Amino acid sequence: MLRYMVKKLLSLAVSLVVASAVIFLALEVVPGDPAANMLGINAQEETLAALREELGLDRGPVARYADWVGGMLVGDFGTSYTYRTPVSEMIADRVVVSLPLALYALALSTLVAIPAGIWAAARRGSGVDLGVMGLTQLGVAIPNFWFAMLMVLIFAINLRWFSAGGFAGWDAGVGPAMHSLTLPAVALALPQAAILTRVMRSALLDTLGEDFIRTARAKGLTRGQTLWRHALRNALIPVLTIIGLQFSFLIAGAIIIENVFFLPGLGRLVFQAISARDLIVVESVVMLLVFAVIMVNFVVDLTYAAVDPRLRRSR
Amino acid sequence: MSARDAILAAARGRSLLVGALLTLVFTGAALVSLAWTPYDITALDIANKMTLPAPAHPLGTDHFGRDILSMIMVGARTSIAVALVAVGIGMGLGVPLGLAAAAHKGSLLDEVIMRGNDLVFAFPALLIAIMITAVFGASAVNAIIAIGIFNIPVFARLTRSGALSLWTRDYVLAARVAGKGAARISVEHILPNVTNLLIVQGTIQFSLGILAEAGLSYVGLGAQPPTPSWGRMLADSQTMISLAPHMTIFPGMAILLTVLGLNLTGDGLRDLLDPQLRRAGR
Repeated sequence: MLRYMVKKLLSLAVSLVVASAVIFLALEVVPGDPAANMLGINAQEETLAALREELGLDRGPVARYADWVGGMLVGDFGTSYTYRTPVSEMIADRVVVSLPLALYALALSTLVAIPAGIWAAARRGSGVDLGVMGLTQLGVAIPNFWFAMLMVLIFAINLRWFSAGGFAGWDAGVGPAMHSLTLPAVALALPQAAILTRVMRSALLDTLGEDFIRTARAKGLTRGQTLWRHALRNALIPVLTIIGLQFSFLIAGAIIIENVFFLPGLGRLVFQAISARDLIVVESVVMLLVFAVIMVNFVVDLTYAAVDPRLRRSR
Repeated sequence: MSARDAILAAARGRSLLVGALLTLVFTGAALVSLAWTPYDITALDIANKMTLPAPAHPLGTDHFGRDILSMIMVGARTSIAVALVAVGIGMGLGVPLGLAAAAHKGSLLDEVIMRGNDLVFAFPALLIAIMITAVFGASAVNAIIAIGIFNIPVFARLTRSGALSLWTRDYVLAARVAGKGAARISVEHILPNVTNLLIVQGTIQFSLGILAEAGLSYVGLGAQPPTPSWGRMLADSQTMISLAPHMTIFPGMAILLTVLGLNLTGDGLRDLLDPQLRRAGR
């Protein structure tokens, strides 16, 4: 296990270094002069020179990259060019919206998908199964931002159960804050729940076809007993992986859904930064999201290995 | 085959038919729009803005009085073109990489290709699009590149795993004995046998590409006005949603039905091309 951990940690470190280098290359080296890129084509030469000095562009890209990474390691993401405030503060303000939104959606999709998948698998071929599978077809085909708009139309504009957008803020209390995140979370959860239901169902069907299930049945256990006691535990392993993988889609999805509901999250921040040509902010947000995706997959890998000892040896 | 299996088989057979029909309708609409649309989509008719569906405008008009049916037809062109080219990029680069990785399994090349794949997987298409847009500005071409890059590792992985199982077959051994090189074997013997896998995955990535294009143009990272696109139409409709819900409903239906059609086609093709899955009943 120790060797496996060391190997995994090394590969994690390499991934993070390469990913940050790619982001740095794409946003600071490829555009040529970041100062010109930020100020646009009509910038004055003096303003450009001032900004170059402020950003430390007089030094080589390697030194700047080292600075950038070194800063991030101690929580310093640089200073936003447009807002003149530390990027880390701007991100901290927005993470408290985006992260709870993603987790809320993850919880919703898991709570719906696992029972639905089990139900469909247990009644394979029945009307229930066909109905659940039909709904999942719709769930994966619906663009979730459109689904979000339809929910606004029905639940906010017509029924007035929710507000059409905006965030109450955590200062207003957990209740109102969660209330304003509910429609966005449902929209975000829908496609994920559909995918997860299918994975749960097919993993359970796979397991139910295995020899040890037949043995358990032969020993006199009922269908229900074998399903709950033997099959489910084994079927949950692939489901866990997919939940981990979905996290990156949730993050990407959250960026779009935040736009529908005018939520002040990371998505809104990054789009404002793009239109203001605030590359430092774009760079930091993208790095943070990629970091989150890599870390979640790392944790899933480890969990997987903890659950299934065979994996530790095979790689 | 029990009665239950027969019902499931019939449902799946129908799914290919329904899927192919939906796909044909929207591809047809896109093609027809090249030559003809009911109305000119650049013609503004403010007097008739936001009219509800009526015989003159079957899907109503938008806030500039443009015919929504015509815009959906032209929008289909944008969606299909973006998603199709992105699948082309993914296949064009991903398949050779996957074949090379499998042909030299365990080598440094294989390792580099697979680690590169992992790296790209950490960047959702949306983040790639955000980076490209931050530097070069928003356009349909950038959306294609972002979705295309996202597709590369999908095809590389699929091709590699499909190819690995083929490399152990007797006919590949025979080809090696005959003195054929790895590249030639990959092209002549491996590639034809992973084509089915690629067709099915291609259909799925095509539908994901349509969804991604819609999402990107909704947030302003895709096709720019005046190029009509479904995502753009939805973004425009948002502030008018309580006054003219039809402006939101129809473009969204177009996305939903196209994606559904492609997914059903993909499922149906998989059942058709892979008898093993058909027997397993999934």
